Amino acid sequence: MNLTLKVWRQKNPTDHGRIETYEARDIPSEASFLEMLDIVNERIIETGGEPIHFDHDCREGICGTCSLTINGVPHSKERGITTCQVHMRKFRDGDTIWIEPFRAKAFPIVRDLVVDRSSFDRIIAAGGYISVRTGSAQDANSLPVGKVEADEAFDAAACIGCGACVASCKNASAMLFVGAKAAHLNLLPQGKPEKDRRVLAMVRQMDAEGFGNCTNQYECEAVCPKSISADVIGKLNRDFAQAAVKEAVS
Amino acid sequence: MASNGTLNSAIPSGPLADKWTKHKNESKLINPANKRKYSVIVVGSGLAGGAAAATLSELGYQVKCFCYQDSPRRAHSIAAQGGINASKNYQNDGDSVWRLFYDTIKGGDFRSREANVHRLAEVSGNIIDQCVAQGVPFAREYGGLLDNRSFGGAQVSRTFYARGQTGQQLLIGCYQALEKEISRGGVQMFPRTEMLDLVVVNGHAKGIIVRDLVTGEISRHAADTVILATGGYGNVFYLSTNAMGCNVMAAFRAHKRGAYFANPCYTQIHPTCIPVSGDYQSKLTLMSESLRNDGRIWVPKSKEDAAVIRAGQKTAADIPEDARDYYLERKYPSFGNLAPRDISSRSAKEACDEGRGVASTGLGVFLDFRDAIARLGKDTIEARYGNLFEMYAKIAGADPYTSPMMIYPAVHYTMGGLWVDYNLMSNLPGLHVLGEANFSDHGANRLGASALMQGLADGYFVIPTTLPNYLAGETPGSVTTADPAFDEAETAVRERTSKLLSIQGKRTVDSFHRELGLLVWDKCGMARTKEGLEEAIAKIPAIREEFWQNVRVPGDGDNLNAELEKAGRVADFLEFGELMCYDALDREESCGGHFREEYQFTEDDEAVKSGYTNPGEAMRRDDEFCHVSAWESTGVGNKPKLHKEKLEFESVKLSVRSYK
Repeated sequence: MNLTLKVWRQKNPTDHGRIETYEARDIPSEASFLEMLDIVNERIIETGGEPIHFDHDCREGICGTCSLTINGVPHSKERGITTCQVHMRKFRDGDTIWIEPFRAKAFPIVRDLVVDRSSFDRIIAAGGYISVRTGSAQDANSLPVGKVEADEAFDAAACIGCGACVASCKNASAMLFVGAKAAHLNLLPQGKPEKDRRVLAMVRQMDAEGFGNCTNQYECEAVCPKSISADVIGKLNRDFAQAAVKEAVS
Repeated sequence: MASNGTLNSAIPSGPLADKWTKHKNESKLINPANKRKYSVIVVGSGLAGGAAAATLSELGYQVKCFCYQDSPRRAHSIAAQGGINASKNYQNDGDSVWRLFYDTIKGGDFRSREANVHRLAEVSGNIIDQCVAQGVPFAREYGGLLDNRSFGGAQVSRTFYARGQTGQQLLIGCYQALEKEISRGGVQMFPRTEMLDLVVVNGHAKGIIVRDLVTGEISRHAADTVILATGGYGNVFYLSTNAMGCNVMAAFRAHKRGAYFANPCYTQIHPTCIPVSGDYQSKLTLMSESLRNDGRIWVPKSKEDAAVIRAGQKTAADIPEDARDYYLERKYPSFGNLAPRDISSRSAKEACDEGRGVASTGLGVFLDFRDAIARLGKDTIEARYGNLFEMYAKIAGADPYTSPMMIYPAVHYTMGGLWVDYNLMSNLPGLHVLGEANFSDHGANRLGASALMQGLADGYFVIPTTLPNYLAGETPGSVTTADPAFDEAETAVRERTSKLLSIQGKRTVDSFHRELGLLVWDKCGMARTKEGLEEAIAKIPAIREEFWQNVRVPGDGDNLNAELEKAGRVADFLEFGELMCYDALDREESCGGHFREEYQFTEDDEAVKSGYTNPGEAMRRDDEFCHVSAWESTGVGNKPKLHKEKLEFESVKLSVRSYK
């Protein structure tokens, strides 16, 4: 198939950046979206240009590295998948495709389509963990966890930290990401002792990083490649309110 | 330690089951006030590296951790799907430390170290405890206790799992522990940073040279010890199930600085991957081995039926039951579809080589859930494998609930790696190697759900105990980056980077990588011969020479430059591929993932006549090859020098592996 690509090019973080146009000829319809870009890049290199930079690694939808906004939608309009799982058979011959980075104030552009998501790491470092030292754990089956609770925690734990939720949000809010981690850990009995401290620290770090507020549009849920429910945001708000009250009166 | 070319594996004396306990009791200790004076470099942030960095920081060491990914959470351990083994015996099905040990030794075709494997089995239970305490959401039963499933090469259910995302959940647990230590100040993290050389001072590994992948800045880091946990080298084949960035550079740089590379020819070809569809393909996708719990693998009995399926004139549903060959169930009735990976892969290759493959390329077999869906219902199958079925549907464009999947083997894991002793230290003092990057626990073939176990065992439980055996003899901070060895290594790195950028030839980095990959897959893949390996050893230097004259790396070294990163990695694969072929050529036997066509059972062998094994099975030659082959670098283009570590089996009897 033949396609026209409109691609965001930006040499480095301080460059202004612009959309450039590329013709992608003879692309096999079985190829993945990133393989299509590989083909385009090989041709760019062979003709003396600099290839389009984009983040990617596992190419099977689990590492969370790939991060393209395709025709205005993070990871494309197809639901429940990452960029690397988009296949060209979903496009039509002759289509024009717009390819942009995951845009957000807290995700500064590194080069072209590559952004810096280390703000997510700092949110986890603020409190997205259970403080257990290696070697101090009791037997795994000494702490039964009801299947319903465990499954609910698991649904939240499926987050791959890609940042599509932020990129889709008009406020660039990270509430789905933070809510998912808080729900995963707060729902489990192992995570309960640090629940209050966790939500306060994570939410404050989120604010400090420059992510916006949630105004309940739920674009995040729609683009989440792991289909994490926006219910985790409500839960985060409740947990945060409780913790903040306790902190105020203590 | 290694002197005069002999290898000291430092295995403790005493009965097998007591060795680790004895070693723990006898290992050196560093008191808490002194630990903070010691610095440790950890390269890699997957299960092995992340676990080591977090745990060593908890103990009080100053840790610097490096990864090429943008976050430590993205290391390739994340992609492991199926599960992690542990001998908890929660199922009351007769499992024990001994059985996990024995299954792993046998699965590895008697080419691993008894003492290491026994230790692995001993700590396996602690790993599950640790991960549950971290909040890893393993699958549970309605009573709230942990669930288990079966995996290849075992007759008990000892695999703990988290849907099809076990690696992800374990890595996120490990990453959270690491972030906890980063926030506490115990670990300094360097993401998007690649190790380009190891610095050896007076024979000891004391630092690394790295490149900041965003700014291009090259910098030096010194420490009292260096830990490599940089994964495997499966991407030497170009197409593999590894992430695109996985590479051998860190391990190979260490090899060129004197570390021995052990058993590089032991590569694992995973039986259940989505078949190759075209030459544009960038990587292969694994479908979890857990699918073999309920899926049945088959091809048509006749070549004619296979040909019409390939031509698209018939589908699987058109082939009646009596015209199907469930070849694993037929050849290995006790293990059936759960035969170990090497055996399952070779059987698929045999079926396809006979002309009975069903994918359009001829290279594919069916993995069929029809009977399981009829027996258990679609809902149960969806609960067990839903995400895997979805993944398949997205990539292959077909629905596995209504028509069987098509699968074919692909390179997945590498059992070989840098040689280490029982303390996980290489022959280069001060260099420790963990996880897939070392060679120690899986012999010639790794069983499913054992990679996660080994990575975490090494990182959480082994290295924290064994590291002081080295460090206690070192004065903390005795080497700084002002040492001339750092000047030399940094200069070499800068020259290599400039050279790659200055060639400005006509071919892309990927085109060289594909050429190398096709060659080694063809000659050093699922089946190997003397002639084929000699041919590869003759051809690889020519590809390498052309690379250094005709590669085109666009851009400069002062920005993010993905082509420059790839070029450095491919340059090392172009040397490493040759080493792998030398090892495969030298090992004149078949064992596990290393299959030399010259060494296989035939109808004339007693073991076949007696019905114990089948013709075509791997034939080991224990008299000559019951050893680890550890290779010393002798410079580019020269045949590496072989050192042997004899494998002593005190507790198990070497036998012909049979899964019939």
